[in-house]
Amino acid sequence: MSAVATRIALVGNPNCGKTALFNQLTGGRQKVANYAGVTVERKEGRFVAPSGRTLHVLDLPGAYSFDATSPDEAITRDVCHGRYPGEAAPDLIVCVADATNLRLHLRFVLEVRRLGRPVVLALNMMDAARRRGIVIDVARLSQRLGVPVVETVAVKRGGAKALIERIDASVPNVVPAPIDQAGVDELHAEVRAILADTVTLPRDTVAIDDAIDRWALHPVFGLAILAALMFFIFQAVFSWAQPVMDGIEAGIAALGTFVTGFLPEGSALHSLLNDGLFAGLGAVLVFLPQILILFLFILVLEESGYLPRAAFLLDRMMFRVGLTGRAFIPLLSSFACAIPGIMATRSIQDPRDRLTTILVAPLMTCSARLPVYTLLIAAFIPNRSVWGLFNLQGIVLFTLYFAGIFSALGVAFVMKRLRKDKSEHALIMELPSYRLPNVRDIALGLWERALIFLKRVGGIILALTVLLWFLSSFPGPPPGATQPAIDYSIAGRLGRMLEYVFSPIGFNWQICVALVPGLAAREVAVAALGTVYAMSGSDDALASQLGPVIAQQWTLATALSLLAWYVFAPQCMSTLAVIRRETNSWRNVAVAAGYLFGLAYLASLATYQIARALS
Amino acid sequence: MRLSDAPKGAQAVVQSVTDAHPADPIAQRLRDLGFVAGEPVRLVARGPLGGDPLLIQIGSTRFALRKTEAARVEISVGGAA
Repeated sequence: MSAVATRIALVGNPNCGKTALFNQLTGGRQKVANYAGVTVERKEGRFVAPSGRTLHVLDLPGAYSFDATSPDEAITRDVCHGRYPGEAAPDLIVCVADATNLRLHLRFVLEVRRLGRPVVLALNMMDAARRRGIVIDVARLSQRLGVPVVETVAVKRGGAKALIERIDASVPNVVPAPIDQAGVDELHAEVRAILADTVTLPRDTVAIDDAIDRWALHPVFGLAILAALMFFIFQAVFSWAQPVMDGIEAGIAALGTFVTGFLPEGSALHSLLNDGLFAGLGAVLVFLPQILILFLFILVLEESGYLPRAAFLLDRMMFRVGLTGRAFIPLLSSFACAIPGIMATRSIQDPRDRLTTILVAPLMTCSARLPVYTLLIAAFIPNRSVWGLFNLQGIVLFTLYFAGIFSALGVAFVMKRLRKDKSEHALIMELPSYRLPNVRDIALGLWERALIFLKRVGGIILALTVLLWFLSSFPGPPPGATQPAIDYSIAGRLGRMLEYVFSPIGFNWQICVALVPGLAAREVAVAALGTVYAMSGSDDALASQLGPVIAQQWTLATALSLLAWYVFAPQCMSTLAVIRRETNSWRNVAVAAGYLFGLAYLASLATYQIARALS
Repeated sequence: MRLSDAPKGAQAVVQSVTDAHPADPIAQRLRDLGFVAGEPVRLVARGPLGGDPLLIQIGSTRFALRKTEAARVEISVGGAA
């Protein structure tokens, strides 16, 4: 074996501060991708050591044991054993352990040591350990383990200095003697013996954790705190994101007009750039503000240690319908937009729980449904009070939201019943100590999310938007045409054909034509309806013109049916694109689209027929 | 006594973890996490809905375990055992 360690793998228990240490080592020089064929995140970075050598660092997923229970842990196990296809075995393993939680973390250190590869132990969070009066005899620990031990404070500038020096001093390639395959009890016995010899622990828990948890996990106050927190996050997402989103849309539109200014108006290229390319670019970028704001909160909640507490509070409710407590935050995020919601399911390690969450996330009423809902409600539902207390329009909107939630719970429950694998999947979730989130770690996390979205989802959305533009624009209207141009296009013809399918649920051909470009995003359907009824203007002006027209031409049954349609229909290709990316499977996209269309059709059929029978 | 039936706040000691079925991965994971004979454990809190999941303290670590998971852990309650 060479004396130069160039490929370093970071391993450790979840919550050991490994990723913060990785950020500390590599700064912004990171590459985030997926391991081939699975949706486990692969984070690699590099740094130049004081000696001038470039070292590559792989941040392996957190693991409690090599006896893997999730795809994350299986990857850590296989890479460490040097048997993961396409990954070279690491020259040096840096095992990260939380100095305040050695009883748990040392056991995994012993497992790693057994590999017989060069290992350095990084005792992380040494500052917290000192504050708690934990005294660790580092020299003695190193001696007992037979591996070098360094102290680190990953959240402090320069907190990894000792580790870098140790790595750089070309870690002695002393291969630690693998201990014989001791059973679980023997490993724990060894941990106990080492702890007794090297660590003085004044008390098991941190007073502040106990104090916060008394409130945060309280049956009444805990739920109240969670509700208040969620309410605040929602307020922030809607009030902060909206102006930025409007700005992005206006900016992209202005840019499109500027770029295409020299092209003849009405030419195909002019239209392609404006209504295809720039519209597609706008459709991608407009999601960014909500994604960033939501993930800002999610990352802060995660880093502070609150996220598992929220999961603890709600696990029972979620578990009954076949989900897990960890699904709560992703599903809640989906009320703003299913895209960050589905991206947030990465915090669910269990593949079955994660897939269920991804498949029901589109049922949460996202903000893009609101323009459609408000248009139809304003046009068809009388604005009158009910029992002198509620507003009928408000009640209808509320009903639509709850229809989404209840159907999500229902679908999860049915999936739980239908699936063949009925084995018990564990919750077993660590509730880490509370910590103050670190600004740099949050910023890097946000940067990663933004890149993942733009690189992996943006391309699909852009391509589909251009395709829809093509369908809606070609062929152009013949000379002397009297109908709006879209009628003559492929989309128009598709819409007319769809009328046969959709007339039982009360949709006229205008609605059917609008549904096709409405696939780009739900709110586009409003603009498309405007086009079909030959109107123009901004979205708001359109909605106010369109309202009276459809109120005259449609029956109430048709309007209610369309509302029911929008509760379920997968009228957003971006969501399907993100499902493809996050599950790495077209089959799951087909399952999601199929069941959502099925539900939408049935719900609209029932709504239309009942409403017609009653009127 | 099973950990799932432990009185709240009482100090207890793990006796064993039983497999609910042969090669039970959940029991194995509990052992890996330190639920082995002789370790002191404490039930800190119960979930707000139906008293599930349970918040269990073992060593300086806290875990949320569903009742069915905690039922695999056999304990003895009573001070210095």
